[in-house]
Amino acid sequence: MRLTSRIAAWFDQRLGLAAPVRESLEHPIPRSTASWAYVFGSAAMTAFGLQLVTGILLALVYVPSAGDAWNSLQTINHQVAFGWYVRALHGWGSNFMVAIVLIHMVQVSLFGAYKYPRELTWIAGVCLLLFTLGMAFTGQVLRFDQDAYWGLGLGASIVSHVPFIGPAMVQVMLGGPIIGAATLARFFALHVFIVPGLLIGFMAVHLLLVMKLGISEWPMPGRVVRRETYLREYHDLTHRDGVPFAPYAIWKDIVFSAVILLAIGVCAYVLGPFGPAGEPDPTIIQTSPRPDYFFLWLYAVLAYLPPAAETPVLLIGGPLIVLALLLLPFLSGEGEKSWKRRPVAVMTILLVAVSLGTLTHLGTYTPWSPQMEAWSGAPIPSKVLEGRTALERSGAAVFQAKQCRNCHALGESGGQRGPALDSVAVRLTEDQLIRQVIQGDGNMPAYGNNLSPAETTALVAFLKTLHPPTQTPARDASRAVIHGADNGRAPGPSATKHAPR
Amino acid sequence: MSAPNDITRRALFAKLGLVFSGVVGALLSAPIVGFLLSPVVRGRNGRYESWLSLGELDRFPAGETRLATFRHPGAMPADGVTADVPCYVRRIDEARFQVFAINCAHLGCPVRWFPQSGLFLCPCHGGAYYADGARASGPPERGLFEYPYKVERGALLIRAGEMPTAGTSAANSAGERPPCA
Repeated sequence: MRLTSRIAAWFDQRLGLAAPVRESLEHPIPRSTASWAYVFGSAAMTAFGLQLVTGILLALVYVPSAGDAWNSLQTINHQVAFGWYVRALHGWGSNFMVAIVLIHMVQVSLFGAYKYPRELTWIAGVCLLLFTLGMAFTGQVLRFDQDAYWGLGLGASIVSHVPFIGPAMVQVMLGGPIIGAATLARFFALHVFIVPGLLIGFMAVHLLLVMKLGISEWPMPGRVVRRETYLREYHDLTHRDGVPFAPYAIWKDIVFSAVILLAIGVCAYVLGPFGPAGEPDPTIIQTSPRPDYFFLWLYAVLAYLPPAAETPVLLIGGPLIVLALLLLPFLSGEGEKSWKRRPVAVMTILLVAVSLGTLTHLGTYTPWSPQMEAWSGAPIPSKVLEGRTALERSGAAVFQAKQCRNCHALGESGGQRGPALDSVAVRLTEDQLIRQVIQGDGNMPAYGNNLSPAETTALVAFLKTLHPPTQTPARDASRAVIHGADNGRAPGPSATKHAPR
Repeated sequence: MSAPNDITRRALFAKLGLVFSGVVGALLSAPIVGFLLSPVVRGRNGRYESWLSLGELDRFPAGETRLATFRHPGAMPADGVTADVPCYVRRIDEARFQVFAINCAHLGCPVRWFPQSGLFLCPCHGGAYYADGARASGPPERGLFEYPYKVERGALLIRAGEMPTAGTSAANSAGERPPCA
């Protein structure tokens, strides 16, 4: 016997692991599951493994102290050999892990794999998704820059909405009166000890259940899951037409995991590490905090929800979504597995995907945020100034100086918080313009206190010129009646009745 | 249920052992939970409420709103720059001030003051406030948070308290301002 075999035999005589490991590797699986559609679970685990290795490496240098964390990230980026690359691997690994976990979940739900008897596997999986998102959020905090600092404030504000114990929860979350050393230490403990511990524990349960209950077979339309017959049918599938997991299926897992690792490695090399952005100094207020991409959808939701709906949607809607996910295998534990016979499931997944995609896209360019520099930075298009009177031109200056541009676009540049004003004169009459400027309405602040009568007159004179050459400006028909103007074009009685406010 | 005489001596010891472990565990859990909830259990630190100076009154011209910074009285050395808290001081006239927290009343992002339009604008979700801190538009449900202030020996003093958040307006002893009509 060769030396290596003898050493292996020596260990196995004591550990007795070879037989059970071989047994689980070669356990029979339905032939149909040795497929590329079944590789995402193992890929998520591989990505997590990479996160463990790179995370431990980063912890060797990172200083979890509010005063020093940012500098230690700079040290990792610039002074440690391959420091920037390990940070990049960890950052891109986290992006990939979230994405793979989501794809895995979509695949499992499309294949009806959560149905009897795999309810608990699904529940453990939902918990793993939540823990993965928890890792993503706490990880973003450890990259202790401006975004992390204000992101914590955002998290604290959401927590503070909890009735009765909200303020106490904020105190426990922050560890003190402000976002500071205690806060970062708490999130460090969460990111490095607590959530990874939970992840590993639930991953073990998840994996154990997959081994015990077998990999869910490829769904065939018409092959219906019934509690009474499923276990026997599955046994037949695996034993009459089954193949051993290794090597029939495992080679695809191994190859795909390697592809994922390579993709993370290439992304990290080409695109580099994430930040850190500016120093977490709260006195630097020239900042537009944004969360990482996994939470951009939530950031968009918070912009679009009516103020009064925010608390109930966050505090009731959020837990309800989690509860619905947890209860899913009990609500549809039997029946068809194939997506071809489950239109509601397919539509739901599509709806969620499209909604999350749209909200994330909106979150990347935040049309609801004023563009803070537009008033001084964006030029007034020359075509709206050509041939204008002195009054109208001074109105254009007022328009710019009073920062209207931060929320209103003109000629494609400017904020998108309010409507673009290129054709505002078509929509609003002079009186309506004055009223809107002075009193504000809807989402617009009132400028009455901040504009002199002369400024208002000039501003409205300018706004009245903003209409396409082919369209006439809005006209208050009642004026003609009152003032007898409009050169004899006597308005009909309907015009007086339907006069604008 | 098994009859009493089914319980063996060993099984009884095992049960008593579990009860004993439970009691010990309960005793130890008090400090563990207490440690975790320390920021609440300890109650509010008196230092948070101490008066601290934002500087001489000359720094704040009447009729203007200026950014000021203070070191939070509860700061620990490890807090570094995070304990430097900014705020806005609006001097209405010689004697009257308003000191606003930097945090938007929506989700706590830092609002920016625009003297030209007399508005505070939030970069996160577009909340806007008038010069007196009242809500002007956007998602916030209330005006800016205010710190209590007083003038003493030519300096402007405020009480900092905790970082204000949307749901904790009561924690700020300044109380809530009614939104501008």
